[in-house]
Amino acid sequence: MTSIFGKLVARVREINHRYREPKVKLTKWTRAILLTLRLYLFFLVGILVYAFILHVR
Amino acid sequence: MEPDGLKPIRRSGRNTSRGLGLVPTLYYHYRRFRKHLAILLAVIGPGIIVMVADNDAGGITTYMVTGAQYRYSFIWIAILLWPVAYVCQEMTVRLGAITKRGFAEAIFDAFGTFWGWFSLADLTITDLLTIVTEFVGMTVALSIFGVPPWITVIIVIAFIMAILLNGRYWTWEKIVLALCAVNLVYVPAVFFVHPDLGAILHTGLIPGFPYGFTSPVLFLIMANVGTTIAPWMIFFQQSSVVDKGLKEKHIPYARLDTAIGAVFTVAVAIVLIIIASYFFGGTGVNVPDAGTAARLIHDVNPFLGSLLVIGLFDAGLLGAIAVSLASTWSVGEVFGWAHSLNDRMGQARWFNLFRLTIMVIAGLVVLIPRAPLGLITLFVQVIAVTLLPATLVFLILLLNQEELVGKYRNSRFQNATSGVIVGTILVLSTLFGIGTLFPHLFGG
Repeated sequence: MTSIFGKLVARVREINHRYREPKVKLTKWTRAILLTLRLYLFFLVGILVYAFILHVR
Repeated sequence: MEPDGLKPIRRSGRNTSRGLGLVPTLYYHYRRFRKHLAILLAVIGPGIIVMVADNDAGGITTYMVTGAQYRYSFIWIAILLWPVAYVCQEMTVRLGAITKRGFAEAIFDAFGTFWGWFSLADLTITDLLTIVTEFVGMTVALSIFGVPPWITVIIVIAFIMAILLNGRYWTWEKIVLALCAVNLVYVPAVFFVHPDLGAILHTGLIPGFPYGFTSPVLFLIMANVGTTIAPWMIFFQQSSVVDKGLKEKHIPYARLDTAIGAVFTVAVAIVLIIIASYFFGGTGVNVPDAGTAARLIHDVNPFLGSLLVIGLFDAGLLGAIAVSLASTWSVGEVFGWAHSLNDRMGQARWFNLFRLTIMVIAGLVVLIPRAPLGLITLFVQVIAVTLLPATLVFLILLLNQEELVGKYRNSRFQNATSGVIVGTILVLSTLFGIGTLFPHLFGG
């Protein structure tokens, strides 16, 4: 079990290393879109957490 | 090894029938048509499967509720969703055929590990929860025939794993296409209810809001849009195109495959709206889901009810097959496992083990007494909304990388069309997600 978990961690590290640098051509537009996507994602996650807290209360 | 049906047509660059008589010319065109048809029949598969599987148990519920509450009024929305589904899925065909890699791997490569892990994790969680809803649909459907849920779960998991035993993509695809044909069982069912064609043409095909543009109407429109395009569809079709070995020269045929699939999706949606409208429209009967609708119709008309039950079970089965493959293919691509349906069970053991694990977990959740299935359905919708924007935006960005897709990059017209469609989907799906979390906002 430990061996399988260790191999999995090693594979994740390898994947992180392989895809460290985004290969998409980062124009101003692309950067702006990716930033907007991140903000949108944080907004959605924030709403999800807020709804969860309301549900628990 | 390339299947015979996928061999290219040799192009001479000139019309070789020129200068011949009428009969040889007709024969020449006949032979040309036959060759194109043979290639089309060989290429057909991923587009039809993804589109028909999109009408899964959740989708059928949405169409039934739409017809029961608003009769024919929103048939035009189902028709408008045809280009929406086609435009989004067509982009995956080009990306898969040119790059020869799945969408998950393409995201990691192009956008880095943050977006890669986010997409993979979100897709896997959404798919797992979606498969739970598919199992709910299947167990409810067969319970109408008296089959206990645990037997349904075991049979379904055994079947889904067994169709991979052969280790050939083509065998798997033929079986799944046969299941897609069963999904069309709804279409003859519509002739039994003798729909009012005049009313369909008058109120169904002309865009409008005869019930007013209220919050519940808006919520139902958003649900219809949300059920038409889902993140797993993008991941599934691209991986399927790659696994099938489709190449650049097959793109026109794969586009036609996708268009035909979208027609099937819309046809089934319209038929379900008509059937639900016939049985429940204006009656005030509460139809919360497709299982309840099938049960109620079965009580009134056992034959038609049985067709609907078969259709609901088949929809859940197709959904479980396609959705489970979407995430398993994606995880396999990223982790570098053998992940082709052409691999034998032993060769792709991690791939098959991962898929089996997802199916078993989903099946067990359904069998847990008093499991919060309503909460799970809610989470599916919300979590899918968090992934959909990134998925669609990445698709457009990738299709604009000339060094990646060459001459198959999006034209200005394609960018404008897909941009408007994606923008609309994003707004509606976000509102749908918020409306699901806070129902009072939409009068729920």
